[in-house]
Amino acid sequence: MTEDRVDLAGLGLDRGGHLLLRRALAPLPYGSRLRVYGYDPGLRVHLPAWCRAEGHRVESPEPDSAPGPVAVVVRGEGRDGRWSGAHRAGSGRRGEVEKSPPARWGLAARGAALEEGGPEPYFDLDDRDLVWAKVAPQLYAHAAARQWNPDTAVDWDEPFAIPPDIEAAVVQVMTYLVENEQAALIVPARFLGRIHPHFREVVQLLAVQVADEARHMEVFTRRALLHGQALGSSTVGGRASLFTLLEESDFALSSFLLSVLGEGSFVNLLGFLVTHAPDPVTRRVAWLAMQDERRHVLFGVSHLAEQSAVDPRLRDRLRAAIERRSDALRDTAGLNADVFDALLLLSAGSWRPEAIEAGYAHVQRLQHTMDEGRRRRLERLGFPADEAAALSALHTRNFM
Amino acid sequence: MTGDSLLLGAVAYDPKVVAIWTGFRHWLSEHDLPFDYVLYSHYERQVEDLVAGRIHVAWNSPLAWVRALRLATSAGRTVRPLVMRDTDRDLTSVVVVRADSGIAHVSDLDGRSVGTGAVDSPQATLIPLAYLAALGVKVSPRRFDVGVGLHGDHIGGERDAARALLAGEVDAAIMLDGNHLTFSREGVLPPGRTRILAQTGPYDHCTMSVVDLAPAALVDRFGALLRGMSYDDAALRPLLDLEGLTRWVPGRTDGYRALEAAVELFGFYGPAGEQGMPDYSP
Repeated sequence: MTEDRVDLAGLGLDRGGHLLLRRALAPLPYGSRLRVYGYDPGLRVHLPAWCRAEGHRVESPEPDSAPGPVAVVVRGEGRDGRWSGAHRAGSGRRGEVEKSPPARWGLAARGAALEEGGPEPYFDLDDRDLVWAKVAPQLYAHAAARQWNPDTAVDWDEPFAIPPDIEAAVVQVMTYLVENEQAALIVPARFLGRIHPHFREVVQLLAVQVADEARHMEVFTRRALLHGQALGSSTVGGRASLFTLLEESDFALSSFLLSVLGEGSFVNLLGFLVTHAPDPVTRRVAWLAMQDERRHVLFGVSHLAEQSAVDPRLRDRLRAAIERRSDALRDTAGLNADVFDALLLLSAGSWRPEAIEAGYAHVQRLQHTMDEGRRRRLERLGFPADEAAALSALHTRNFM
Repeated sequence: MTGDSLLLGAVAYDPKVVAIWTGFRHWLSEHDLPFDYVLYSHYERQVEDLVAGRIHVAWNSPLAWVRALRLATSAGRTVRPLVMRDTDRDLTSVVVVRADSGIAHVSDLDGRSVGTGAVDSPQATLIPLAYLAALGVKVSPRRFDVGVGLHGDHIGGERDAARALLAGEVDAAIMLDGNHLTFSREGVLPPGRTRILAQTGPYDHCTMSVVDLAPAALVDRFGALLRGMSYDDAALRPLLDLEGLTRWVPGRTDGYRALEAAVELFGFYGPAGEQGMPDYSP
């Protein structure tokens, strides 16, 4: 009968020799014999110790068998049982997700072979219909590819001169933007740790979304302080509006209020600044943020559209959410009057009455565009046109 | 209620002992064995309680087994081994010297200093020192007493002895074969710096000891359940990993002869199990 053999040459078990042994033993049936050769001085001591710990048996060769094997290892079951109940945690491939991944998959790479047992971390957002959107993998790839460096993506030294009043209006709008972006960072960050990591691309997308908002806060702050020392004002009404966003603990409803309605309106506001801002730096930072915000809106709309297709009652909950928020904000002042006036003034560009009138028309058109956009997105979620119009009208006057 | 349980004693040589026996207790209870355990800070009280019937079974070190036998014989009781880990069979100890020391034969150790484990370590003190004595080599032991009373369960003394060898503080160091592999992998013993000079014959390590006062039916069920524990069982696998085995095997007594001889040689215990080492106080 031929016996299998492995030659470790001068390699000891204290320097990686166990790899060769494992490789040689793995394909052998239990009880079969492996002749081990080698001339590392510690091998005769280490081999039996290693086999004992690994669940194999060692037979020493006959004393006169030199230059024979150091020992013969009889393969035991060892620790093979570790993988007896193993299964794969779904598919590792991009975008292939299960409907309800088990809790025990949570800390493993998706698609990895999982040893049975172990911790079962609780991720309450563990249903595909609650978090997933088919477009998530592509959106994440898009987001990752379009990250920009706040330091170099904007020409901060580009010279421009605008009147102090107009500059103050820009600073006020930037202050408002920072405040809103801060809330837009916190909201997805709170959900990140609740989403089952099986939905990897959604987690990645939201992580990038958080990073997007971090950059937006930076560039808006930097623009605000470009020529001055102080930021503008922050009102109770504005903060109350943002607080209702933070209070929403349901992922779908939060996504609806933040992304579909809030960030959707925000995209229009940034577009307004791209067109009407008085200086190139403001136009540039608004344009950069707008590209990212469009992605955030697209994800929110996509995953809610998919969810509402499988759960017709979702629209009732969305409707209730927007009504609840409207009620909560009924007694607040809404948009910071300073922000409204600042938008008007910066788009007017001067104090001349006809310029102010034009600016006023621009801001009115902005509000109309925001309303149109919200209605269009609400209709995409399956709301009839008249209801979409009514719900859009209930959206916070604070835009976000 | 508690009187109907099988009661095991184990020594808390490490915090993981709580995890191990709490886990086993849960598993055994699920398999219809009423089971509880108590922890001891050292082995001496554990074996005294075993022979007195205050506990039914003891998860014993080899030295604790040797003492349990003597205590039981003296008290007119019997103790027997129930099971042991697969990893408790056929261990050896090695005597290590510095590669450049010029010590070529065991006899060269005569009169030299040898770093050992704790005073009560079977593998790093008692068995190998008796082995050297049997070869007629008179060494000057320098003990590294870490975890006295734990019968060598604490690896610290052996590691300290290995470090002392490299530092030139002792001429040789004694350790378990598996610990030699561990220290080599850790880099405590760098490649090429030391050499294995001698190796003892094989001996056995821990053993689950039963006293004849224990309820026979519960003991039988306990033994059967332990032998039936499978590494395939995801609930048990982490516990078996912690305890360092892949399966429980039947207990045996012939692997303790070398330790019996060492205990006799050094007078570690008297014939009735009384403690015989003046400087041994766990």
